[in-house]
Amino acid sequence: MKFGVVVFPGSNCDLDAYHVLRDVLGQPVEYLWHQEERVEGFDCLVLPGGFSYGDYLRCGAIARFSPVMNAVVDFANRGGFVIGICNGFQVLLEAGLLPGALYRNTNLQFRCQFTYLVTENIATPFTGLVQPGRVLKIPIAHGEGNYYVDQETLCAMQERGQIVFRYATPDGKVTAEANPNGSLENIAGVCNEGKNVLGMMPHPERAGETALGSTDGLVIFQSIIRQWEDGR
Amino acid sequence: MWKATIKVMLKKSVLDPQGQAVQKALHALGYKNVPDVRIGKYLEVKVDGSDRDAVAAQVREMCERLLANMVIEDYTFELTEGN
Repeated sequence: MKFGVVVFPGSNCDLDAYHVLRDVLGQPVEYLWHQEERVEGFDCLVLPGGFSYGDYLRCGAIARFSPVMNAVVDFANRGGFVIGICNGFQVLLEAGLLPGALYRNTNLQFRCQFTYLVTENIATPFTGLVQPGRVLKIPIAHGEGNYYVDQETLCAMQERGQIVFRYATPDGKVTAEANPNGSLENIAGVCNEGKNVLGMMPHPERAGETALGSTDGLVIFQSIIRQWEDGR
Repeated sequence: MWKATIKVMLKKSVLDPQGQAVQKALHALGYKNVPDVRIGKYLEVKVDGSDRDAVAAQVREMCERLLANMVIEDYTFELTEGN
């Protein structure tokens, strides 16, 4: 299975994603510069965190018009696995691959901390190996991770199992106190209708080694790998 | 040459945390009669073109494709002719 890590001007978690995939999980991985117009040969694309195009106008608003994004959208529409992390999530929303929007945290703070996530849907390619009831400890680092979507779309997403992660307490209770940014219904990650595109604000690539305080992020990448191997 | 003055605001249904913080600051300064503050973006975009309607249609398209995120924002604009 081959991963591609998309690099926009201003991406800064690209090296972390590459490192986890290659050195921790032993997977083939290549960088994809934002000017690239073809993504043939890749099985999963990672849109990493950072501040693409300086976050000018809105986070992800300019990156979505990068040449590589046409290819990413085609790849996703053909069922290819795409995971957007933090700024990558913002880019996927701006590109219309996922519903909703992310804007300024209600507390107006840039939050850099561990969060605890409950997985609402373990039947996605990204969460297939998550044990039911397991709480994932994965860090966030963002100022604009406040998820919003209109009520009608939210209901439809809930029915279709598109809410993937919610912020919770360490013992897995979804409470207002556990919500670091004001996200609607504590939403931390969502997927598309086809379940092949995931966006999440927490950084699984920063939770891949014991020295970093958690290895809980690995299960997300391992789930993708398992799903791809099963689908061959 | 036309100048489009564009205002992009969060939709009424979307909480504006920056506006709330500024409202609190105004209250702290003694302006207790401020029930609401909303913060948005103001853009001036110059556009070449002769036909007003065609330019207006283009500006609308720019707003909906890039300048505003229609999930959380609304926009309004005015067109004036000349520099």
